[in-house]
This record gives sequence, structure tokens and C-alpha cells, in this order.
Amino acid sequence: MSISHGKITAIMGPSGTGKTTLLRLIGGQLYPNQGNIRVAGQDVHQLSRPALYHLRKRMGMLFQSGGLFTHLNVFENVAFPLREHTKLSDAMIRNLVLLKLQMVGLRGARDLMPSELSGGMSRRVALARAIALDPELIMYDEPLAGQDPITKGILLDLIRTLNDALGLTTIIVSHDVQETLSIADYSYVIADGRIIGKGSTAAIHENHSEQLRQFIQGLPDGPVPFHYPVKPLEHDLIEESYG
Amino acid sequence: MVSTLTKMGQSGLLLLSQCGKAGLLLSSVVLRKPQFRKGFSLVLQQIYAEGVLSLLIIMVSGLFIGMVVALQGYHTLVKFGASQQLGPLVALSVLRELGPVVTALLFAGRACSALTAEIGLMKATEQLSSMEMMAVDPIHRVIAPRLWGGFISMPLLTIIFNAVAIYGAFLVGVKWLGLDAGAFWSNMQSSVDFNEDVLKGIYKSVVFGLVMTWIALYQGFYAVPTSAGISNATTRTVVYASLAVLGLDFILTTMMIGGW
Repeated sequence: MSISHGKITAIMGPSGTGKTTLLRLIGGQLYPNQGNIRVAGQDVHQLSRPALYHLRKRMGMLFQSGGLFTHLNVFENVAFPLREHTKLSDAMIRNLVLLKLQMVGLRGARDLMPSELSGGMSRRVALARAIALDPELIMYDEPLAGQDPITKGILLDLIRTLNDALGLTTIIVSHDVQETLSIADYSYVIADGRIIGKGSTAAIHENHSEQLRQFIQGLPDGPVPFHYPVKPLEHDLIEESYG
Repeated sequence: MVSTLTKMGQSGLLLLSQCGKAGLLLSSVVLRKPQFRKGFSLVLQQIYAEGVLSLLIIMVSGLFIGMVVALQGYHTLVKFGASQQLGPLVALSVLRELGPVVTALLFAGRACSALTAEIGLMKATEQLSSMEMMAVDPIHRVIAPRLWGGFISMPLLTIIFNAVAIYGAFLVGVKWLGLDAGAFWSNMQSSVDFNEDVLKGIYKSVVFGLVMTWIALYQGFYAVPTSAGISNATTRTVVYASLAVLGLDFILTTMMIGGW
């Protein structure tokens, strides 16, 4: 699997196929049992700790739950990476934070605490925080899960705009198929530890593999069975009745 | 038989690996180059959260424990006509044992449980992961200040507990039961040794502070990130920290009495 520079790459697949694990591997939070991952020419898992942390400054990641610090308000959350990694003056940090919040449309919410935000808003704040250090690569873990249609539209628009305006490389992990396909430049569909489909949006739609079609069209039964592996129902019932 | 052995082996291995993880956690906090400029305000915040906010419960408990020890002691001493020795009795039992141990047990319930729950929830809500991905080491930013906060707060709280408890004894012994104030204080002064009694109690509290905060942070950091997991971790913190305090108290006392 390779992710092109400056493009939006979607990684889709059913729940439990390891999409989030893949992002955590790229971020160096987990170690692979086999294989390797290279980011910007460096093997993530061969790096020393300082080098890994240095590489992470060039990555942003948006977690499913946002991962905002609950003891800090919106402004301080976005300012956090700037305060940790730069020696900018307070005035400079303030300007940068306001610009980042402006990008996600939440400059007016700077004094709110994370508990006062809706799900969509906290993701936007987390997004502002993820781009605070102007990363080159940004990873979204299920950015659309559990959001209403308006919020989905806002987030999709933001992902596209940020990618183009800041020249980012974007990876989206999602199972919201249609929405994700609508903005992705290139997509991978994974299942059972393999890539079952890849290509541009059009190529994904034209692919006739049964497994891929089940996933894209959301069919309840198919190569991925509706039932969790189990013995036939009759056997279970007979056992229960006759011991 | 074999399965029992297997289970014992498994739990033994699990225990060992947990000890190893806890040891690594502690060493990565202690052996790291300290950052005084950034670290200072973080530690200060934790001293406030763990120490200052525990003051009320520590002072109220200290007052009542001092009062009740004085009351009980007086009724026993008076049988032997030794009620003048109430001052030394209270001071020695509080400074040597009750002060450090009761403060530690209260600290386990008040501060350590809060630490575990806080860190467990930070983990469950991906705050620790997102910190890592922002290239900020959570061990440095979250764990270390809390450990030092507990390490510094515990002896200070113990000193305050001791002072309030002795004042409580004074209230009961002198103000209520009518002992002579001069005798109460002068007997206490002549039988309490600063190094032997006061300082050794403080040493204990330093050890308790470190061990309890360590247990709390370990349980929080490695908690299963679900609601049941965090509640279990919090319970374990209070139980393990309390047992560790009682066990360590015995060991430390033995060492101190044995001319350590």
C-alpha cells in the first residue's frame, strides 16, 4: 500500500479489519509483527525515540473521539502543541490559534470547554489542533462516524479544503463509503487483512468483485456473512431441549 | 492438577510482567532528564490538586484522631496516676505511627483514587494517544508531575496532620479534662526527640507518598480503557496502596527500631 504525497487517500473496510491499527502503526504507536512502514523515506519502527518524536511533529492525527484535553478550553487545546514545541511569544501563539480556529469556523468558541461542545465541534477543534504545527501528513480516524449530515458536509469540506490549501497528504480511515469516496483521490478497501479493492472512486465503483460490492453497496449478507460463525440453529435448539 | 499448575504459572507470569511494567514506568519518570522550566508549574499544579485539596480531610481527621487518642489515653493513664504523661503518649503515637499511616490511608482514598480515575479516563478518551501523536511524551507531561506532586505533598500533609492532631489532644487534655498546660507541653518536649521521632515519621511519609502515587499512576496508565476497567483500577489503587502502606510501615519501623 502506498500513499501519494498531496493527495487524499481513503482506507475503508468493515469494522474490525484493522483500519485504526493501521493508522497507529503509521504513527509509531504500535509495532508491526511483520512488514515495515516508511514515512517520508524513514522506517517508522527503526527510528530512535527522539527521531520518532521528531517525525511525529510532521504528522497530525485526528482521533475518533477527538481526544481533546478536558481540563483545557478550546483555545488552550489548540495552543497546546505550539506551547510544547515552539518558543513563540504568547501574542504570536494567540494569533496562530485564532487563525487555525478561523479555518475550522470555531473562532467564536475559543473560550468553551470541551464538555460544552457538540461531537462535530469537538472534532473540528481537534482538527485545528492537529494542524497547529502545520504537519505534512494528516490522518483522520473515522472523522464522520456518528455525525449528522450537516456536520458530515462541514467535515468533508474541511478535509478537502485543508488538503488543497495547505498541501497536506491526507489519510482517511472510514466506513462511511459514499461520503468518503466523494472526496478521496485514491481509495483502498481492506478486509481480512488483505486489500480487496483499490483505485480512484470510479474504479472502485466499476470493480465487480463480490466482496467489494457487498461493502460498497452495504448488502447485509454476502462474502461477509450476517451470522457470527456458529453451528446450525437446529442443533442448538435440539441440544437445549434434549440435553 | 495440571490446569491448576498452569493457572498458577500464568498468574505468576502476569504478576511478574506487571511488576516489570511498573518498574519501567517508575524508572522512565525518575531517570529522565528533568525539565525544570516547564516541569515546575506542572508539579505545582499537582501539589495543589493532590495536596492542597486534601487539606480539609487531613485536618479534620487529624483533629479528631488527636482528640480521641487523648481521651482514651487519659482514661488509661489516670488509673496509674500518670495523666501528666498524656502529652508524650499522644505526641509519640501520632508522630511515629498515626500521623504518617493515617495520612497515607486518607491520601490513598482522596488523591490516589482520583489520579487513577483521571489517567484512566484520559486513556479511554484518547487524550494520551493524541498527546503522543503530538510528539509530547505522556510519561513526561502527565505521569511525572503527578508522581513528584504526590512525593512532595505526602510529607507536608503528614506534618500538618501531626500538628493538628497534637492540637486536638491539647484541646481535650488541657481545655476539657483540665490537665496543666505547662506539664502537658514540657513533658512532651522532654520525651520527643526531633531526629528519632519527628524525622523518622516524615521519612516514612516520603516513602509512602512515592509508593502510593506510583501504584495509582501505574493502575491508571495501564487501566483497561472502559468504564468497568477504570472502576476496577480505581478500586485496586485504593486496596493496593493501603496494603502497601501498612506493610511498608511495619518494615520501616523494624528498620528504624533496629538502629537503622
